[in-house]
Amino acid sequence: MYPDEMRESLAKVEQNRAFNTAFEPKRMTAEEKETLLKTYHPDYIDGEFAELLVGQNQGEKVPKELAALLQAKSRITSDFDVSRPDYDVDVLIIGGGGAGASAAIEADNTGASVMIVTKLRIGDANTMMAEGGIQAADKPNDSPAVHFLDAYGGGHFAAKKELLYKLVTEAPEAILWLNRLGVEFDKDETGTMLTTHGGGTSRKRMHAAKDYSGAEIMRTLRDEVLNRKIPVVDFTAAVELLLDENGRAAGAVLMNMETQELLVARAKTVILATGGAGRLHYQGFPTSNHYGATADGLVLGYRAGAKLLYADTLQYHPTGAAFPEQIFGALVTEKVRSLGAKLVNADGEVFMHPLETRDVSAASIIRECSDRHHGVHTVEGVGVWLDTPMIERKHGVGTIEKRIPAMLRMFAEYGIDIRREPILVYPTLHYQNGGLDITPACETAVPNLFAAGEVVGGIHGRNRLMGNSLLDIIVFGRSAGRNAGKRAKETGIGTPDLSHLDRFARQLDEAGLTSDAVSPILLPDYARKKVK
Amino acid sequence: MVTIYLFGKKYSVPGELTIMTAMEYAGYKLVRGCGCRNGFCGACATIYRIEGDRELHFCLACQTQVQEGMVIATMPFFPLIKQVYDIETVTPSQQLMMQLYPEVYKCIGCNACTKACTQGLSVMQYIAYAQRGDFKKCAEESFDCVMCGVCSSRCPAGISHPQVAMLARRLNGKYLTPEAAHLNDRVEEIGDGKFEELLSALMEKPLDEIKELYHHRDIEQ
Repeated sequence: MYPDEMRESLAKVEQNRAFNTAFEPKRMTAEEKETLLKTYHPDYIDGEFAELLVGQNQGEKVPKELAALLQAKSRITSDFDVSRPDYDVDVLIIGGGGAGASAAIEADNTGASVMIVTKLRIGDANTMMAEGGIQAADKPNDSPAVHFLDAYGGGHFAAKKELLYKLVTEAPEAILWLNRLGVEFDKDETGTMLTTHGGGTSRKRMHAAKDYSGAEIMRTLRDEVLNRKIPVVDFTAAVELLLDENGRAAGAVLMNMETQELLVARAKTVILATGGAGRLHYQGFPTSNHYGATADGLVLGYRAGAKLLYADTLQYHPTGAAFPEQIFGALVTEKVRSLGAKLVNADGEVFMHPLETRDVSAASIIRECSDRHHGVHTVEGVGVWLDTPMIERKHGVGTIEKRIPAMLRMFAEYGIDIRREPILVYPTLHYQNGGLDITPACETAVPNLFAAGEVVGGIHGRNRLMGNSLLDIIVFGRSAGRNAGKRAKETGIGTPDLSHLDRFARQLDEAGLTSDAVSPILLPDYARKKVK
Repeated sequence: MVTIYLFGKKYSVPGELTIMTAMEYAGYKLVRGCGCRNGFCGACATIYRIEGDRELHFCLACQTQVQEGMVIATMPFFPLIKQVYDIETVTPSQQLMMQLYPEVYKCIGCNACTKACTQGLSVMQYIAYAQRGDFKKCAEESFDCVMCGVCSSRCPAGISHPQVAMLARRLNGKYLTPEAAHLNDRVEEIGDGKFEELLSALMEKPLDEIKELYHHRDIEQ
């Protein structure tokens, strides 16, 4: 139910709907996009970034909230006794999302003993909340080369080519693997995948499971992990990595989230699959991320000597919910635009092509709501319309219930029927484009420390296309699992310790960084606050 | 401000909050009972009653606005039965259901599961499909399940509905829906190296040429 003050603008949207549905807006030129991004994208606001004074990326800029965590103190000291491990495994996987679960299944296939630790439950992850879909060039008019070009250009030609090559060439195999595990992709009666566009794709290669794509993938992977009896230690966070005398990763110090008890896991190889950082609320943005997205893996990895790549680039999903405030910042899937809904300003005008890349779309919405003054104001903020009723004008009655039931349900809870009324949107902090720098074998700069999933940077360059993240967690998650499993068989076990914490603390001291803050923070602190 | 009762204790909170953000506003630092905060993970199953009313309500704390007089208990965990099986070797038959989840046949038809579902699904109906071994219909009917477990907490027969449905969906996805021929073909083509030349030619081009290709690529309508 929209309040009266929004009704005037709403009437204009309704009035123009027939015209707007048929209208084909132009795409922006390369130059237009560049100027738009530099002027309006949050990544370009210099004052929001801080230079790192220590570590592998010394001299580079990252968001100031992240810099504070990367250069904070450890939760423990190096004299903590790690000589009597509570767990002793071949492969330790930190994180229970899509990448961690995929890694666990493949590491299990190598015959290694595997354990997942996760600070919440397995499946409490951004994977679970990915709605729109997963890309793979598997239609006759498409090819991995076209997929490569779309992603490379969409990421501003910054992706590490060898990582992107792996992503696009292993994509069809990833879909097949998921399908054969029982993931229910949307298909027609002959088995042909129903695929759509995402922002910046030149072929319709977005595979989906309604708008529960990530949830369907995650619950299937979780079921498979449980079927294989792979141990999952839940409500247990990793608070530091262990390194042996040769500087190789050798396990982690863990903390029971409920009792605060510290435990030690020794392992021959470690996979960081800890996900993103939306709960750091960079630049005060609300986020579409799950509760535990607090950059833990970046902190642990960086302290142990791993290198970051593109940690200064974040993805603001153009369409976070801007009304009602109970769901402020929640994800409104890009699939809504794939299916034909357009972005409309307060005056009822379509102001951009609905399928520009995410960074361009977000910047365009920010421009519309700031300098152009064409935003719709609410108690909480401002937004533009995403005209969902266009979908059923284009594809027929019943399309919304069939293809995006989660969106229908989310807004119906607040009396908004998205089949008849548009929804109000504004960018929300969605994805960490950068992260740990890895090789195509998922190795970080620290020997025997692997990484996969959102914690990794470089696959997507400086902006990620829709549907390439669900894809990367599967492709790189599986690869990390296979490689870590194999390595565990070849590598020796040294004597794990925490002496790297002293080395890092010395560097902080020398750089004059004397903050009392500790990291990783594990969970955001929302107590006694009104949270976005 | 509205008055709510968290586990029986009275708090005054802004009326626009959800149950989850109201708990945080009241001072809780959640560890259990909070996952995606967006209605997809099922971590925040919640039971409430409006003071003075006899009816029990079930919801996800992150998706439900507080109301005056809500008496709230969260259910961050429920002991569901999850049977293990080998997806590669099972057959999607009624016998499998009898073997893994025989309690579905003890359903007394009370419909408490459906009434309690936080997603508004016809839970008893999908269990009926499961009983018959109609996994396709069970999968369709249960698709939006977030596995919060409220249905099972209400079930006099001790059925673990979300796990029954999970099994049905995997069987449907793997065995009962045709595979995508174009997908199998493409995996084979990649295995045969069909795109290697195309890809390496593209990757080796100077940046300006790649940019040119990108900015002028044709986009499928």
